[in-house]
Amino acid sequence: MTATSVRASVKRAAPAAPAAGRRRSPYSSWFYLPAAIVYGVLFAIPTFASFFFSLTRWSIFDWKFIGVDNFVTFFQEPALVKGLTNTLIYAVVTSGLKVVLGMLLGILLTSQIVARGYLRSVVFFPVLVSTIGVGLTFTVLMNPEKGLINDALGTLGIAGPGWLTDPKFALLSVALVDVWKGVGLATLIYIAGIVSIPAEYLEAARVDGASAWEVFRRIILPLARPATVTVILLSLIGGLRSFDLIWAMTRGGPGFTSDVIASVIYKQYQAGFYGLSTAGNVVLFVVVTAIVLPLSRFLNRKEVEL
Amino acid sequence: MKSCKVLAAAGIAALALAGCSAGSLGSSDDSGGKVSLSFLVDNTDGSTKPAEALAKDFTAKNPDIEVKVETRPGGSEGDNIIKTRLSTGDMTDVFLYNSGSLFQAIAPQQNLVPVSDQAYAGDLDQNFKTTVTAGGQVYGVPFGGVTAGAVLYNKKAFAKAGVQVPKTWADFMAGNAKLKAAGVTPVIQTYQDTWTSQLFVLGDFHNVVAADPAFAQDYTANKAKFATTPAALAGFQHLQEVHDAGYLNKDFASTKLDDGLKMLAEGTGAQYPMLSAVAGGMVANYPDAATNIGLFALPGTDAAKNGLTVWEPAGVYIPKSTTGEKLDAAKKFLAFIASTDGCAAQAKAYPPSGPIPVKGCALPADVPQATKDIEPYISTPGASSLALEFVSPVKGPALEQITVEVGSGIRKAAAGAALYDEDVKKQAQQLGLAGW
Repeated sequence: MTATSVRASVKRAAPAAPAAGRRRSPYSSWFYLPAAIVYGVLFAIPTFASFFFSLTRWSIFDWKFIGVDNFVTFFQEPALVKGLTNTLIYAVVTSGLKVVLGMLLGILLTSQIVARGYLRSVVFFPVLVSTIGVGLTFTVLMNPEKGLINDALGTLGIAGPGWLTDPKFALLSVALVDVWKGVGLATLIYIAGIVSIPAEYLEAARVDGASAWEVFRRIILPLARPATVTVILLSLIGGLRSFDLIWAMTRGGPGFTSDVIASVIYKQYQAGFYGLSTAGNVVLFVVVTAIVLPLSRFLNRKEVEL
Repeated sequence: MKSCKVLAAAGIAALALAGCSAGSLGSSDDSGGKVSLSFLVDNTDGSTKPAEALAKDFTAKNPDIEVKVETRPGGSEGDNIIKTRLSTGDMTDVFLYNSGSLFQAIAPQQNLVPVSDQAYAGDLDQNFKTTVTAGGQVYGVPFGGVTAGAVLYNKKAFAKAGVQVPKTWADFMAGNAKLKAAGVTPVIQTYQDTWTSQLFVLGDFHNVVAADPAFAQDYTANKAKFATTPAALAGFQHLQEVHDAGYLNKDFASTKLDDGLKMLAEGTGAQYPMLSAVAGGMVANYPDAATNIGLFALPGTDAAKNGLTVWEPAGVYIPKSTTGEKLDAAKKFLAFIASTDGCAAQAKAYPPSGPIPVKGCALPADVPQATKDIEPYISTPGASSLALEFVSPVKGPALEQITVEVGSGIRKAAAGAALYDEDVKKQAQQLGLAGW
């Protein structure tokens, strides 16, 4: 109850905020300086330096200005086209599954079930484990000949595929592990979103004789929209720049079949093509911005209309 | 509030600690005129064991110089560490690193101390010397023996199936058919360790040179390509052929080098294209392999021209950041490595992968059979060639991914070779070579 009243008061106060901000602040602007220095040194300067170095052939020992050649090379990189589509597939699959599973688990874990607190911690637990640890564990579990997963399927009479070694499955296998690891956070956001729905709506619906499905469709789904937006944005950004899990599990392999943009960039960096990999990072920056910025605008506008 | 104070205290403590370690870096050799050298090597047994042995024997001879061995990861990650530490002037006093194209990539003239004027320079094998030379100056001494990229084979499995050591690719494929009929996996491949997939291409280079002696020069000058030179393309085709014919172990995509060596030593697999450097470790785990595992060069088209592709050992170098009495000590240490005592110390600690390219250094009598099989090729004129990476600086970083794809049937040989030709372009441009 307290949570909702705080939310309500914040909302009411919000329109007044800009007007208050325009009044002269009693504090000197110099207070911005420490933050500005930290931001400048750690973010602004490196960002502009990387835009510059993406236009050079850079070998750490020296650099040479070559214009946009790096971008041309990068877009001719055969692994890149594959990496770009893989990145999109990976982001959409993980983001979609996290929304669906996170919402279902969120509803389940806000309903009156036995051992709810315990189950909530169980669902959240994978989020706490190191990504590399998860990756290595699942690499062992998914081994086609000796792994536990295919052994278990074998006892049921199913011949399991080479999860990480078959080009058809490698990327999706990693995506599923990503979902396993990340769904706890999505569930947490959904639990918070669902709990903050005022109980009066649910009571009123029940009095009017709404079925469980109608309660979900007409009340929970629309009113948990801020949670959905947060989950979609967070998991999409996470999916677009995902690297650690893929690197721990397949290293982009077999061959180039599970390469994503981030692993392509990392490989250029490893090979010593620093200018080229910096150009790749600029491309990644542009791609993520181009996808997430409009999407965020779109989703948030819808929220206001509600 | 209390937690704030604790946090602040921790922060101050961290600052104090950082201050301490920064200060003590400069004064690590304050123990009574004793010089301490740090020596960076990669973290494989084949490097750390001989390095420790060298350090120990060297200190026994020079009691006032102490050598501390430090380790780093191998592969591209190690390359990065070397480059970063060199460029920041933070390198150890001496370090171990590849010779050949990787050596050229660390800008030796800018970063390393030349050793051409040292007395031992004349004792180094000429082939090795060319791989650690830049701008007419020699920069390193050899660490370990030459390594062959060849086929390791199980002699018992060969005898059981009635197969002879092949000299041509046709013989090799015929032998594979016999081995398969005898119930043995003919060819072992282990694509979880992606680098192991490159041997069919890189180890075939002697056959390329035999067919086209000018290939390396033309390749460096951007005139010859893998995809358009039949002899060079053959390596990719061979990789595809053994996969398409079903001669690989069925779990090739999910196994690692160690699994492959186990299969070979236990005789479930008959042939494993591999670097001879693995023989030492294999014998430690499977004593039987000392006599049962032999080695032959990758077969080509012409039996008369068949020969071995060899890799020169890595070198030990002194960075320019080593100065003063440390530099004198480092020079002494390099002289020791390039002496017969140094060879003996290394060979005692770990079986060398092949002959050590220093005058007067002989292979110990108890090396594995696979290592002994290298010598006839080396001592016969024209029966061995340096690997491509020692005669041309052009080496693409994605070869191992491409060979995994070709060897797993994901990509065809011709397409793989063409893709590799594109891949090397970046390296050539990065090095600023003419004609790219």
